[in-house]
Amino acid sequence: MMFVPGNNPGMMADAHIYGPDSIMLDLEDSVTMAEKDAARLLVHNALKSIDYGNTEMVVRINPLNTPYGKKDVEAVVKAGVDVIRMPKTETAEEVKELEAEILKVEQEIGRVGETQIMAAIESALGVVNAYAIATASKRMMGIALGAEDYSANLKTNRTPGGAELLLAREQIVVAARAAGIACFDTVYSNLDDMETFRKEVELIKTLGFDGKSIINPRQIEVVNEVFTPTEKEITKARAVVAAIKEAQAKGSGVIAVNGKMVDRPVVIRAERTIALAIAAGVIDKEEAL
Amino acid sequence: MVTIEPGEGLQIELQSSVAAQFGRQIKAVITETLEALGVKDAHVQAIDKGALDCTIRARVTAAAVRATGKDVWKD
Repeated sequence: MMFVPGNNPGMMADAHIYGPDSIMLDLEDSVTMAEKDAARLLVHNALKSIDYGNTEMVVRINPLNTPYGKKDVEAVVKAGVDVIRMPKTETAEEVKELEAEILKVEQEIGRVGETQIMAAIESALGVVNAYAIATASKRMMGIALGAEDYSANLKTNRTPGGAELLLAREQIVVAARAAGIACFDTVYSNLDDMETFRKEVELIKTLGFDGKSIINPRQIEVVNEVFTPTEKEITKARAVVAAIKEAQAKGSGVIAVNGKMVDRPVVIRAERTIALAIAAGVIDKEEAL
Repeated sequence: MVTIEPGEGLQIELQSSVAAQFGRQIKAVITETLEALGVKDAHVQAIDKGALDCTIRARVTAAAVRATGKDVWKD
């Protein structure tokens, strides 16, 4: 998910060319108060006019308790945005409030139920309430960590190893999995340190995140490399799925592949590996097995 | 950048790096956007560096909304 300032028409026009899975046009922190109205119009018109192809389009709105939030909802729902990202989400009630605002606009334009919600968790209270937030609405497609505000709220600083974020990251992954939705990690803002960035992407993949937020097209390649299964992993996954299919046909539950026991969790992981390989475009859906 | 001042009829002063190729189209987008907002009299100054139509539409709307106080999302 690539962050693009909502007041920069050039970047908004070009962002999808670099091939991110999703683009988040930002109306919140990257836009000054004096430019909120102009940025809202830019984002509205860009969403309506630019062909972003299959790229998932997300807009980060201003909080509903500011003078801008409700107008942002109106502008982006009317432009047909895929997902609204709620900043600084702390409670399930805030999600329900946003849901009501979205529904109001959708009813007006006759497009009920089309807009999804992603909640950014950026405070200690948000982390504590992660599961309640994740399950607050049927529209909720994912939760994401916003680490800058979270670190400030914890009264600490961000470090290259990310020790200060460990609990929040794990809590967000667990809450998302329990709710059956996606989870996305925070941005890494030092573009000159790609080595630490890669380590961070490897860490969050191990923790179970579905993806990483990025701030520059240069970071796309690293995220894709880390999240794309290797040929060895794909071969192994295919062998597991093929073996379990054969075993099921014979009426047997537990099997062995290359001398190792294969049971349900192993099969689930193998299926996810194949799904990731298809999503990354390294294997075709038809020839997946 | 788009600025709007009171005027008689729609007068559009355009400075654009692509004026030779797209000047007529840019003026048409500005006119169409203002007419849709019900603005019939205005002196518009537009400085363009090759923006897309959707950007011009957004910039003109923002200038008109700021000048008139119109709520473009409700009206």
